[in-house]
Amino acid sequence: MQIFMYILLGFLVVCAIAVSVSRNLLNAIAIFMSYSLVMSVIWLLLESPDLAITEAAVGAGVTSVLFFITLKKIHAMIEMDDGGKKQEEEKEEGENEPEDQ
Amino acid sequence: MSRKISEESYRKTRSFRLHQWFTGEKDLFLDQVEMKPQEPFTESKKVKKKREKEKQKMLDQIYNLERNRKTGPFQTLYRVVSVLFCICMVSLFLVAVSYLPPLGDAGNPANNEVPQRYIENGLQETGAVNIVTGMILDYRAFDTLGESHVLFIATCAVLILLRLDGNKKKLQEEEASDSAHEPENDVILQTVAKIVVPPIMIFGIYVILGGHLGPGGGFSGGAIIGAGLILYLNAFGFEKTERFFTAKTYKWMCFGALGCYCLAKSYSFFTGANHIESIIPLGTPGAILSSGLILILNICVGIVVAGTMYTFYVMFRKGGF
Repeated sequence: MQIFMYILLGFLVVCAIAVSVSRNLLNAIAIFMSYSLVMSVIWLLLESPDLAITEAAVGAGVTSVLFFITLKKIHAMIEMDDGGKKQEEEKEEGENEPEDQ
Repeated sequence: MSRKISEESYRKTRSFRLHQWFTGEKDLFLDQVEMKPQEPFTESKKVKKKREKEKQKMLDQIYNLERNRKTGPFQTLYRVVSVLFCICMVSLFLVAVSYLPPLGDAGNPANNEVPQRYIENGLQETGAVNIVTGMILDYRAFDTLGESHVLFIATCAVLILLRLDGNKKKLQEEEASDSAHEPENDVILQTVAKIVVPPIMIFGIYVILGGHLGPGGGFSGGAIIGAGLILYLNAFGFEKTERFFTAKTYKWMCFGALGCYCLAKSYSFFTGANHIESIIPLGTPGAILSSGLILILNICVGIVVAGTMYTFYVMFRKGGF
């Protein structure tokens, strides 16, 4: 059980760093969700099931849903797709230009 | 005893239709299940122009080479300073943690007469088998009252910021743009919601009512019920939920729950716990109707939390009910 706990704690640290590093906001929220889920398992192992239930419902459920709506409202999900495509197009154009010259 | 039925009446039975479906003669779900093609997302020219203009403005600012040359050193400085600040804070916290007493040591300062009294006399004094609930809703009930009020104030702040008041046209526009990307009646989501939502609700109610008997309580149960309500709203739309949950319902629910909590507890706060003995007896530990006021307070907290979760969601999505 001790080894399992260490694996979970390591996962927690990796998740916490990945959230701040990830460039795609949608991915960041998904990682944050998994962070909450692992945290609820850790609460269970620390013998506080009350907190585990709350963490699973609030952290992994309601908070992420609110984040998702916010992203949708500020058109962050659509913009991300457009931006990616545009950047690719620009790259292609940039690659083509030297050949023409 | 079995009897033969005629060909025509057999054609009407379910087993014939099942046989038809199984052999692939006829797809039963054809023309039965509603599948609307997704409408392309359209936004008005004005909005699009504004959005593109803002984006262009942002890009101009980012790729403004002269300005970047001037501000470049400062940006590097910002990054270096922010990393240094982070490292300082992390090391400060780690040093603070290293001074904490070891986990589970008998000589810890937390092991004084207070938790000893909670553990030894908690069951007799509060009647709650789950000592955590006994603590937060009996000994420390004032804290929980403050927590419920924090939730209520948070909802008020969200209402102030996001509510589109008195502008019905704008509200309808918001609602239309909100569901522009989604199919009208998602069969898969609706079927899953039909099966899953009732157990979620019942589990939430169980967690609230069993708060003084096992793990659980008002906050966790309320969060579960709120999540169930959000799922129901996502599957069936605002029309169905607004039949039983509007802003008015929320107002009265919150007012009722917080008022009930206040009235039930402020008397004993006011008298400094020197009150007349409670009307509700403590009962036998382990039964649902035990532990005096705790069950009622749990239900109050649960109502406030569930309403808060649902109201947050609706406000974020639509800006008003």
